[in-house]
Amino acid sequence: MSELVQRVDLIFGEYSDQKYKTLAETVGRSNEDIIKDLLDSGLKGRGGAGFPTALKWKFTMEQPADERFVICNADEGEPGTFKDREILSKVPRKVFAGMAICGKVIGAKRGFMYLRGEYKSLLPGLLKEIEIYDETAKKLGIDFKIEIRMGSGAYICGEESALFESMEGKRGEPRNKPPYPTVSGFMNKPTVINNVETFVNVLMICRIGPIQFRKLGTHDSRGSKVFSVSGDTPKAGIYELELGMPLAEFVEEFGDGDTKAVQVGGASGFCVPRKKFKDTIIGFEGVPTGGSMMIFNSSRSMYNVLHNYLEFFEEESCGQCTPCRVGCQQLRKGIEAVKRGDKPVVYLEQLMKLSETMKITAKCGLGQSVANSFSSIVSNFKEEMIY
Amino acid sequence: MATNNNNQIIKTLVDKYGRDRTSLMPILQGIVEQKNYLSDTDMTEVARELDLSAAQVYGTATFYSFLDTVPRGKYVIRVCKTITCDMHGKKLIVQTIENMLKIKVGETTQDKKFTLLQTNCLGWCHKGPSMLINDEVYADLTPEKTHEIIAEYMNK
Repeated sequence: MSELVQRVDLIFGEYSDQKYKTLAETVGRSNEDIIKDLLDSGLKGRGGAGFPTALKWKFTMEQPADERFVICNADEGEPGTFKDREILSKVPRKVFAGMAICGKVIGAKRGFMYLRGEYKSLLPGLLKEIEIYDETAKKLGIDFKIEIRMGSGAYICGEESALFESMEGKRGEPRNKPPYPTVSGFMNKPTVINNVETFVNVLMICRIGPIQFRKLGTHDSRGSKVFSVSGDTPKAGIYELELGMPLAEFVEEFGDGDTKAVQVGGASGFCVPRKKFKDTIIGFEGVPTGGSMMIFNSSRSMYNVLHNYLEFFEEESCGQCTPCRVGCQQLRKGIEAVKRGDKPVVYLEQLMKLSETMKITAKCGLGQSVANSFSSIVSNFKEEMIY
Repeated sequence: MATNNNNQIIKTLVDKYGRDRTSLMPILQGIVEQKNYLSDTDMTEVARELDLSAAQVYGTATFYSFLDTVPRGKYVIRVCKTITCDMHGKKLIVQTIENMLKIKVGETTQDKKFTLLQTNCLGWCHKGPSMLINDEVYADLTPEKTHEIIAEYMNK
């Protein structure tokens, strides 16, 4: 790896010499103290939306309730993302320890991991680790149980309220917000739901302290991030890097020398063309990402890429709200019609307007974010949409 | 006789997971694991056990792509069709399987051994093309490698 890109070894670093050492050290600390550390660390959620983790926990613990829950969102379905699978297969102990810390802070006795059905092969390893966790928890006197629930092949269940519905035995259809999960989540109880990587970050902050953690990354994007790199690259795989890196450096490191565009943040993220590599920062101040980085070289048709994304959204839309159910279909049919020549080029403008309408009217993140890839691909690669 | 057997499978699952609605997904997943799909009778039986309407069970089941409500083969092959796998030669993989099993995507072999489906992102983009056979993942596929894998399953 060149000097250009700074590698980090926080998430995938080795376990401590004693089992659940950091957890044992943390359970003795006051909740306020832990929340303060998380706040000072600047940690933002690693699932993509980037909500400050400390606030999420604080709101949940302050919500009066007889029961609260901790949920680890392991329904990693965004195209181009596979970092949670890697974390769960390599360092599951860190995830469970992070969940247990959360349970202590917010006063929850039960935690769940919602694991996507496609990752069922990880289940035996995870259950084995839970056994070790249970033994340790018993020794430390921690009253917090962790269970695993499986998904069954629905991308939308990665949306937190759809995930609650699914765990409650219903169709995975997102709920209206507010109320947010911190007030009314699983079983309508205050719930902290965090991404797999976020829980590991929590544990690492408890281990190395917020000051050390803050040294990584930039002002708006603290810490490291696990990136899933795929597409036209000789180095496809998982990389833990600092946040706040210019995209140009990323491409120089991972591209194949002929990179035309990078899709940052998966199908629901943004497509950045070559001319904008220099001015684009990977992080919450630039293009945010849940970790997905898909690289396309000059041989790829961006029409095909967009078409593939739209088919994906069309199939994965839960169908509950009209803007998303009908919008996804119409966008796909629309670009097909322009390509065939059945519709004039100006029709693309109309489709752009439709995607903008979906952004403000769709009920959840799925329908709202279709516009991200749609408008960034159509506006930057218009010729490819037409000819 | 067969019906009794079915009821036994459901009963065991219900006893294991409980009769609460939160147990519905694990129960349905358990049935699919053992019988490859959810029949109408099974869904009605689950509804009766959990004191739900059959429509509620059917509604939940049909939402999820892995909870099949039509008969499937013993081995369900799901080839990833999302962008990276698609770019790296998914089409050839599908063709290889179609030629070997003499079925098209969406179909089941006559002996009910294989069903061929396509699915969305499996999370193996760095090693595409990829596919699932039941819960088992196969990545870095080439037509040759796919041929070997399927041949092995055909002999099982």
